[in-house]
Amino acid sequence: MVSTSPNDAFVAFEHVQKSYDGVSLVVKDLNLSIGKGEFLTMLGPSGSGKTTCLMMLAGFETATHGRIMLDGTNINEVPPHKRGIGMVFQNYALFPHMTVGENLSFPLEVRGIGKSEREAKVKRALDMVQMYSFINRRPAQLSGGQQQRIALARALVFDPSLVLMDEPLGALDKQLREHMQFEIKHLHESLGITVVYVTHDQGEALTMSDRVAVFNDGRIQQLASPSDLYERPDNSFVAQFIGENNKLPGVIESIGDGKCTVRLTTGEVIDATPVNVSEKGAKTLVSIRPERVEYKPEMMPAGAHTIDAEVMEFIYMGDLFRTRLRVAGSDEFVIKSRNTLGQRMLSPGEKIKIGWAPQDARALDPM
Amino acid sequence: MVDLTSAPEILRTADGRPLKSALAQAQRKAKWRAFFLVLPLLAFVVLTFIVPILKMLERSINHDGFSSNAPSMVAWFQDHPASADIPEDAYAALVADLVQMQKDKTAGAAGTRINYTVPGTISVFKAAARSADTLVPPYKEALIASNKMWGDPLLWVAMRNASSEWTSDFYMVSSDLKRNADGGVERVEDNQRIYLYLFIKTFVLSLVITVSCLLLAFPIAHWLAVLPMAKSNLLMILVLLPFWTSLLVRTSSWIAILQEQGIINDLMVWLGVIGDDGRVRMIYNQTGTIIVMTHILLPFMVLPLYSVMRVIPPSYARAARSLGATSWTTFRRIYLPQTLPGIAAGSLLVFILAVGYYITPALVGGADGQLISNLIQFHMSKANWSMAAALAAILLAAVLILYWLYDRLIGIDRLKLG
Repeated sequence: MVSTSPNDAFVAFEHVQKSYDGVSLVVKDLNLSIGKGEFLTMLGPSGSGKTTCLMMLAGFETATHGRIMLDGTNINEVPPHKRGIGMVFQNYALFPHMTVGENLSFPLEVRGIGKSEREAKVKRALDMVQMYSFINRRPAQLSGGQQQRIALARALVFDPSLVLMDEPLGALDKQLREHMQFEIKHLHESLGITVVYVTHDQGEALTMSDRVAVFNDGRIQQLASPSDLYERPDNSFVAQFIGENNKLPGVIESIGDGKCTVRLTTGEVIDATPVNVSEKGAKTLVSIRPERVEYKPEMMPAGAHTIDAEVMEFIYMGDLFRTRLRVAGSDEFVIKSRNTLGQRMLSPGEKIKIGWAPQDARALDPM
Repeated sequence: MVDLTSAPEILRTADGRPLKSALAQAQRKAKWRAFFLVLPLLAFVVLTFIVPILKMLERSINHDGFSSNAPSMVAWFQDHPASADIPEDAYAALVADLVQMQKDKTAGAAGTRINYTVPGTISVFKAAARSADTLVPPYKEALIASNKMWGDPLLWVAMRNASSEWTSDFYMVSSDLKRNADGGVERVEDNQRIYLYLFIKTFVLSLVITVSCLLLAFPIAHWLAVLPMAKSNLLMILVLLPFWTSLLVRTSSWIAILQEQGIINDLMVWLGVIGDDGRVRMIYNQTGTIIVMTHILLPFMVLPLYSVMRVIPPSYARAARSLGATSWTTFRRIYLPQTLPGIAAGSLLVFILAVGYYITPALVGGADGQLISNLIQFHMSKANWSMAAALAAILLAAVLILYWLYDRLIGIDRLKLG
């Protein structure tokens, strides 16, 4: 696991605040430490402040308050071209009047690197993304995926130790995007660079990152590994934002020993794990992943409370079955079951009982 | 198995007609409809633009002032090759024509035609025509006795050239060339070379105006392009304001500002920069022409630049900065090359407009701020249509050459005018 203590952090945001208009804060008291060699993703809806954070790190925006540290030095006053940070932009930003080779050579030229060394580095970087044969093309003659690779190679050609990526795969189609995710991930692993990646695509964040910082409303809502984020969301926003999720509003009936029971607004009682609720009678929103809901009696965890459900809709999705249920007065409850041999297909109108292990139902703050 | 060696089969429609002719027929109606829609505009352009230009070009190589009024001379020149020695029968033909000219009152017209290449001949023709019927043979001696110019071989070269209504004389005069007595071509004397000098001055001044427009417009256009839309629209109105103001009003306000008793001179005298007797002359000379025309043509530079700069994403500059370039390198290597289509379009536009500009140099140019268009106007006011047409045609050719060069160097499809 990558070390993340602030003392030896490679990149650190310390109490950073940012305001564009002097009236409202886009980034509110950001504290974030990124270890050397880490792949950290800033994930969040648009307007959550994640891109602003990236721009402050790159030097295109100045922090209104606080310090940004890079490798132990304060870079607040360092202009972007002296930070030595590689950056991949959303629309690639390849210079249209230069060939691929000239684009890659540019950062080396401005550093005053000699011609032969430049050529060697350009070749190495292009080989890294398997694009050397395109060295004399112009960006306009390349497809989106090819431009993406060139942008990546350009951000890496001058051997930066930190690379920022601002939604670099947003313009690609799904298949290419998934392919590029793995390619970026492999480059990160083989080069040992530190990557700060911004995206609003949670799948991308989960696939690629060592850690994910979920942004909303100018704050980090949760900073955790992908599995923690998915399985143990800290609050309702994270639970909603990452993956699909069933919500059951209710009131804490009993609490203690890492377990609680929740009385739903319609009267049923269910098991849950308290996360950010602490006392009896508090309002809560219980969050359960669709694939963790059980409906076959023989598979039900021992001693679990069960509640009644009625099948509203059954959707065959190939590898999965997706069933929409009416539970506790709402017909938005979804369960997913794998299409395994002998898996039962539910039919609309069928009455079933559902339940789950208490640790899979998380009692969070009411939204 | 498919036979790959056979010729490709002609594609046919379901009822057996060739696909190409079927397609042409299907589209014919739409084509005719489109043609009739543009017909009014086409007719308008042909009548008001193409025909006048062709007419002008014709005038520059056609003048029948002499050839139609001196039939005997035309016949004599046709029968006799050019020679330095003019025989008596040529003078006889001349006198016969002069007698007829006096009757038809056309001696002036004929004299005017010759006057273009041999100055001072209008009066010679008129005087000779008045006394033509009193002359007795031998006409050669009689005419030379009345005015020794009639013995000048240059005059006979000029008359021989004018005996055809088609001529290149006007282009020669416009290029400061003349014919010598042998019928060859040579440059006119130094002190008479006005046309080439004026052409060169027009192009140099236009270049200066274009460069100053570019230097002023580039920062403005950049600023407009990076400002938020609401603010840039407001500023754009300020840029366009001169467009909506009368040219005369703008020009006279410049006179008020720049003249020797004007605002700038008053201010400098008040500040003590110059003495009251050392007021700077900034108008009614080349300086005035440059300043006022730069102001008037500035929007034509701002608009193409703005339209190009507006669509350059700021991420290019950011990418360059993140790659380690200083702001100056970013400007020089990344931003500037991408604004080239706008620079080229604006410069071409301003230069072409400046080369043909008439009213401003006429008002504020004084003696040495006049351009070639003012000379064209001068010839038109003197009814020297052919001279004006020849000068205008040279100007047109120069502009077309520039246009062609532009197309070769930058490509006309990259022109962005707004």
